[in-house]
Formats: sequence, C-alpha cells, structure tokens
Amino acid sequence: MKRIGVFICHCGINIKGTVDVERLTEELAQYPGVAYIENYIFMCSEPGQKLIRDTIIEHKLDGVVVAACSPTLHETTFQDALEEMNINRHQLEVANIREQCSWVHDDIEEGTRKANLIIKTAVEKLKLNESLTPIFASLTKRVLIIGGGIAGIQAALDIADGGYEVILVEKEPSIGGHMIQLSETFPTLDCSQCIMTPKMVAVNKHKNIKLYANSELESIEGFVGNFKVNIKRKPQYVDPDKCTICDDCTPVCPVVVPSEYDEGMGWRKAIYIPFPQSIPATFTIDTENCLGFNPIACTKCSDACEPDAIDYDKKPEYFEEEIGAVIVATGFDLYSVDNMAEYGYGKYPDVLDGLQFERILSATGPTGGEMYRPSDGKVPKEIVFIQCSGSRDPERHLPYCSRICCMYTLKHAKLYKHKVHDGQPYIFYIDIRSGGKRYEEFVQQAVSEDGIVYFRGKVARIYKEADKMIVHGIDTLTSKKIEIKADMVVLAMGIKPNNSAEKVISNLKLNTDENGFLIEAHPKLRPVESLQSGFYLAGTAQGPKDIPDTVSQASAAAAKVLALLSNDEISHSPIVAIVNEELCSGCGICVSTCPYGARELDEIKKIATVNDVLCEGCGACISVCPSSAAQQKNLTDEQILNMVKIYSYL
Amino acid sequence: MKEQFTPKIVGFLCNWCSYAGADLAGAAKLKIMPSLTVIRVMCSSRIDPNLVLTTLLLGADGILIAGCHPGDCHYEKGNYYARRRFALLKKVIKTLKIDPERLQLSWVSASEGKRYAEVVNQFTEKIKKLGPNPIQTKPYL
Ligand SMILES: Cc1cc2nc3c(=O)[nH]c(=O)nc-3n(C[C@H](O)[C@H](O)[C@H](O)COP(=O)(O)OP(=O)(O)OC[C@H]3O[C@@H](n4cnc5c(N)ncnc54)[C@H](O)[C@@H]3O)c2cc1C
Ligand code: SF4
Ligand code: FES
Repeated sequence: MKRIGVFICHCGINIKGTVDVERLTEELAQYPGVAYIENYIFMCSEPGQKLIRDTIIEHKLDGVVVAACSPTLHETTFQDALEEMNINRHQLEVANIREQCSWVHDDIEEGTRKANLIIKTAVEKLKLNESLTPIFASLTKRVLIIGGGIAGIQAALDIADGGYEVILVEKEPSIGGHMIQLSETFPTLDCSQCIMTPKMVAVNKHKNIKLYANSELESIEGFVGNFKVNIKRKPQYVDPDKCTICDDCTPVCPVVVPSEYDEGMGWRKAIYIPFPQSIPATFTIDTENCLGFNPIACTKCSDACEPDAIDYDKKPEYFEEEIGAVIVATGFDLYSVDNMAEYGYGKYPDVLDGLQFERILSATGPTGGEMYRPSDGKVPKEIVFIQCSGSRDPERHLPYCSRICCMYTLKHAKLYKHKVHDGQPYIFYIDIRSGGKRYEEFVQQAVSEDGIVYFRGKVARIYKEADKMIVHGIDTLTSKKIEIKADMVVLAMGIKPNNSAEKVISNLKLNTDENGFLIEAHPKLRPVESLQSGFYLAGTAQGPKDIPDTVSQASAAAAKVLALLSNDEISHSPIVAIVNEELCSGCGICVSTCPYGARELDEIKKIATVNDVLCEGCGACISVCPSSAAQQKNLTDEQILNMVKIYSYL
Repeated sequence: MKEQFTPKIVGFLCNWCSYAGADLAGAAKLKIMPSLTVIRVMCSSRIDPNLVLTTLLLGADGILIAGCHPGDCHYEKGNYYARRRFALLKKVIKTLKIDPERLQLSWVSASEGKRYAEVVNQFTEKIKKLGPNPIQTKPYL
C-alpha cells in the first residue's frame, strides 16, 4: 500500500480557529494508509515545504495529502515540492479544510468533524492516483488562415511578422474581403481602400506569407500542432507569371456581366481583374460566362494576349501543406435582400442594399463617386434609409442585432449630404446603437450638422408612383403617419456568416451557433479560440462586428497562435479519458458526446479510442458509457465512490 | 429525534464555476451549514447516473450537483448533458421510492459565493425536513 503523509496546516488561526488540529492529527494517525501525520502553522511557507520534503525521505512516503486552503491556491506549490523529491506531482492531493470548512463554520466540533471527513476523502482518492506525465506532441510551426478579408490579413501579417510561416487561403481571385468595397469608414471617415491596400500589398510581399487565392480548403486531418491540409486552387486560365496586366484582353472580350466587386451596380467582362489593386494582380476568366471554352466560339482574349498567358485547358491544382494551427476568418455576407420583398427590392431599381450604396459612394465605384441613381441617372434629392433591415426580427428574419448597420447608415447619410448639399436623408430606426469609441460623438455631430432626419419606427410598405418611391411608415415617438416621396431607398441589411463558409466550417468540424456564427471556447474568457484545440476565430465569422473589433480580434487570435507556436512541443494535462478495451462494446455514444472530437471508433478493433491530445478531461464521455468502459485518469468511478463512502457512512 | 438529525449530503461541484463559487463563499466567511461535503469534479457532466444512484444507496441523505450556468460550462455543453440526465434521474429515483427532492441540480457561477451559501443552506434545510434517507432504515430496498 502507498505510504501517505498527511500535513495539516493551521493557516495561522484561519484553520486552527475552527478545527482542532491536534485532535485531528491524533484521530487520523490510525487511518488506514496514513504512514505519517503532522500539523504545522503555515504549510505553504518554505519551512512548511521543507517539512514535507524532509518527511518524504525520512518516512519513505510515496504520496502526500496537504490539508489546507483551496487547491486553486497552492496545489502547484506542493506538487512542485513533491517533484523536487522525485515524487510524481499527481501523488499530491489537497484537502480543502479552509474555504470548505474552517471559514464557513463556527463550531469547533462541527469544523473538526468535517475536516476529518475531507482529509479522509483526499486520502482515499490519493490511494488510487496513478503517476502521470504530461502528454507531449510535436508541433509544426506554421499556420493556416482561411479567408483574406481584413481579419485574415491582419492575423497573417501579425503572425508573419512574428517570424512564423502563414498559409493564407482566399476563395476569391483577390484578397480584401468586404472592406475593400467600402467607400469611407466610420467613425473617422478615412478612405477604406487607402488604409486597406497597403496591408494587401504587405501580404503579397511578406516572405513568411504564402497566398493561395482563388483557392479553397479541400480537406484537413490531424490535431492541434499537427494538421495536414489539402488546398485546391481553382484554375484562373491566366498564367500570373506571364500576365503583365496590360489589359489588352478586356476590351476585346465580347461578354459583359454584372461586377461582383460593384455589387451588380457596374459591369465587367468575362475575363477580368476584380479591381485595379487586386492582390494577386492577375486576370481571371469566369468560366460560367466565357465563350472561349469552345474555341470555335471565341478566342479573342487569347489572340490579343501578347505574352501568351491564356490557357483555356488549365486544370485545378492541389497542394498539401503541414500546419500546426488554423485561424478561421471567413467573414460575412449581407442577409439576402431577396427576403425583403416588402421593401420593393428587386422590383424597383432604386431600392439598394448597403453595399451597393457603398459602391455608389466610392470613388472607384461605377459612378466614380458621383451620386446618381441607377434607374435614370438622376441625382436623388430625397433618400430613405431603413435600419435593421432583416435584423432584430426573430419571427421573420435574423433574430440578432448586426451591430454595424446603425453606424454605416449614418455614415451613408452623412456622405450623401457631403455630395448632394441640398439633398435630404431620412433614417427609419428602432434604436441607435453607437457603443463604439467615438461613435456617439459621430452620431451627434451628424444629427446637428448634416440635418439628417430620424424617424423612430418601421416602414410598413413602399410602392412606386411615377419616378418616386412612396415610403409609408409610422413614427412611434409621435404616433404620426409618415409618407415620403423618395428618389432612392437604401436598406441597411444585416449581416450573416459568409455563404461559402458553411462547407469549410463543417469540414473543420467546428461548432456554430443557431445563426451559423462560429462559437468561441468561452464567451468571456476565451473569445478568440474555438473549443476545438488548435482552431482560432477572427472577424465577422464569429459574430457581427465593425473593422476596429475585427482587427482587434484578428490580432488577438494571432497572439494566441504565436503563443502556441513559441513552444517546441505542446504539452497537455494527462487527466484524460481512458478506455477499458475489454469492456468497451464500441457503441459509439462517447464519440457523439465528446465536445472536442477526441473520441473515435477504431474500425478494426471495434472499440472507442481517446485522442489524448484533444481530450480536455471534462468527463462527459465517462458518464454516458453504458459499459463503464470509459474512465477518467485519477478521477475514476472507483475513486469517486470511495470518497462518497466516507461521506455517506457515518 | 428529528431535532438531532444531521444529514449527510454529498455535493458534486464542477471545478470551473461552482467550486470557485464555493471558494468565494469561504473567502467571504459566509456561514454555511456543515452537513454538505464536497467532491470536486471537472464538470457537472462527469456525474453519471450510476454515481448518483450508488451514492443514494450508500445512504447519503441528499445529493447536490452544482455546475456553471447554462451557456457558461467550461466545456461548452457539459451542463446541458447534466441537466437532461438530471430530469431522467429524478424519475428513476422515484421508482426506488426515494423522494426525488433528495437530488438537486443548481447553477452556481464562480462569482456567486453568496448564492452557493444560500443553495447549500436551503438544500440542507430541505433534507432536514425530509429526514434520513429511507434506505438506511429499509435495507431491503
Ligand atoms: C455596407 C457596409 C458598410 C460598412 N462600413 C463600415 C465602416 O464604415 N466602418 C467599419 O468599421 N466597418 C464597416 N463595415 C463592417 C466591415 O465591413 C467588417 O467589419 C469587415 O469587413 C469584416 O471583415 P472580415 O475579414 O471579418 O470579413 P470579410 O470582409 O467578409 O472577409 C472574409 C473573407 O473570407 C473569404 N472567404 C469566405 N469563405 C471562404 C472560404 N470558404 N475559403 C476561403 N476564403 C473564404 C471571403 O471571400 C472574404 O475575402 C461595413 C459593413 C457593411 C456591410
Ligand atoms: S473526457 Fe471529455 S474531452 Fe475527454 S474524451 Fe471524454 S468527452 Fe471528450
Ligand atoms: S465546467 Fe462547470 S458545468 Fe461544465
């Protein structure tokens, strides 16, 4: 049997005041397994620890119970003391007789009785404790970032600057995400492209960043520190090494389609560069619209291409990469305006969504930044903006607040006023949420200086009369009916997770909430990590947010990754689940229970297995196992029941 | 006789919220009735039905399972597992002719020292009223 030493701390009078430590020492000296017992004024002091170390040698102890304060305070102190004497740190148990006993009871009889029980349970648990060593796994010091919006770009630059290699995968032909489409940004009104393009260029130039544009993650296997991923690069049909961006091809291309970059407000050809500052700077052929895949129909661009960069036969390429961690930064899309038929979207060309209005405002947009409306090119003199379009409407649309629409609408109204001085912007709102730094000031300034008229309430309907849109609503503050003859209506659409993120997220086996946003490991304390080890979250993929919050979160995720990669190996608590192979029937209930994907079925042995590196030791699988085949190291059912027995038999 | 009855109550506390809440109750020197003794587990989801039933059959007068508030579990969904299992367990206990009130599930966060003290004191009062676990007097059960 293990020789256990019990050390009872007085904690000055904190314990001794309510627990008769001398009597306790006497009582427990006889308890089976206790080879030595002692009490001392301050166990955590150096003399106290020395007492433990000396006694370990003198009395040949192989386990120690310290009856003192809560284990959260000094467990590691005492574990270290044991380790110094070459005794495994898991041969220590702390009996919490302060917070659980002396501090919450008055009566010395009761206190002593209860301390006695608490110490006995610690002894019982310790009797069956195994010596364990931390689990180590090797670590590949490279990181995969999925999504090249501002979140992915910021995280990539931070990590690359920290000296580690980044693999950045973007599904579109260019990085930049939504931010590159924006005109100016609240609350400072700096030009979005001016602050974004230098970062995009930096990504392109950075020696530690490998960019896969027009690419998607095909598959991933492995676990934290050791993933293998397969990346598919879709063909662009233009060889970036040969292409000189001379732009001789687009004028000859006969196919004209709406431009994604301009949100359908402008046009592009079937061979195109998304926007002039695209990174990587290459043309792409859009196979859906190009005629050239039938060489009889068209070879115009290829004929015009002097450097011979066009290859219609290009096939997808696949790349294997080894990485240690993943940041998911797949961003957002606008909630589909197709759901907003009541506001006339799709029916009336002058009903726009927020991103389309950004394009009209933008100097690089289809109107060169001039305020013309799409239907007839007239300057709109009255514009109605409708906030919360699709947001905060659990019955019909998105249940949550999209957080950015109040502010971008205000920005829109303000920028419109700057362009059309005699124009009148009206904003329908439910609340104005301006919680960010300098946001409230931005609101106040706009209301007082730009003559924006706010109506609190929802728009009931919109219909067309001649070249005007008649907007009917109610101002709920005055209960007055509102009717505005508007030249243009802008719907401040809410945002939702990116349409093409779902596949990759399920590929990564990450958890999402009921709205499809990635779930963080802890809503307050671990906001940039996923529950699954090795996965980190950045930007609007995790929830609606503005640029400052997106960038902060991306940098935070980068810091977490840098901390991970600065280790040579990853260590992990050995208090994990284990499987008794004899008892396991391979039913697989534990597999679906484990929140971390640490459980798998071994197809050959037909039993469940535990991946030590992924297991966080919650114990959920142990309690669902119908065969009691699952156990938790150093907290087995037997140990718990032995403790229960102390409490139950009196 | 009933006056002198000191119940034996086992408290299974999750490490991250409820155990920390109990620590806080201690640090605030709140007065807690001494009948409940604690077993620390990593998460409320660790407490399997077998443990609960065996604990009752061993003669415990009451069992308190305490975990993080819904949505706050350190392991994300452990307390949801616990909650579902708990509902079922109550029914099973009834078939053993043990009052299901002897089993309680409570959410106590790391900041709720006061709540921890209240939960333990109220539960202790309740068990005192219920009297000793009948298993002790009816060993055939
Ligand atoms: C109309 C409007 C106006 C706004 N104005 C402002 C403003 O003035 N100030 C402000 O602070 N914020 C503003 N915002 C908010 C701002 O746009 C966002 O905070 C920011 O763009 C979020 O960046 P992101 O990187 O998280 O997402 P995104 O910009 O959406 O980037 C995500 C990237 O991931 C890529 N991706 C998605 N799925 C995959 C996949 N499966 N594989 C590979 N790549 C993938 C996408 O192609 C995209 O490039 C505005 C938003 C809108 C809609
Ligand atoms: S103990 Fe928790 S984390 Fe570990 S395998 Fe079981 S369910 Fe998964
Ligand atoms: S960790 Fe507290 S209930 Fe799961």
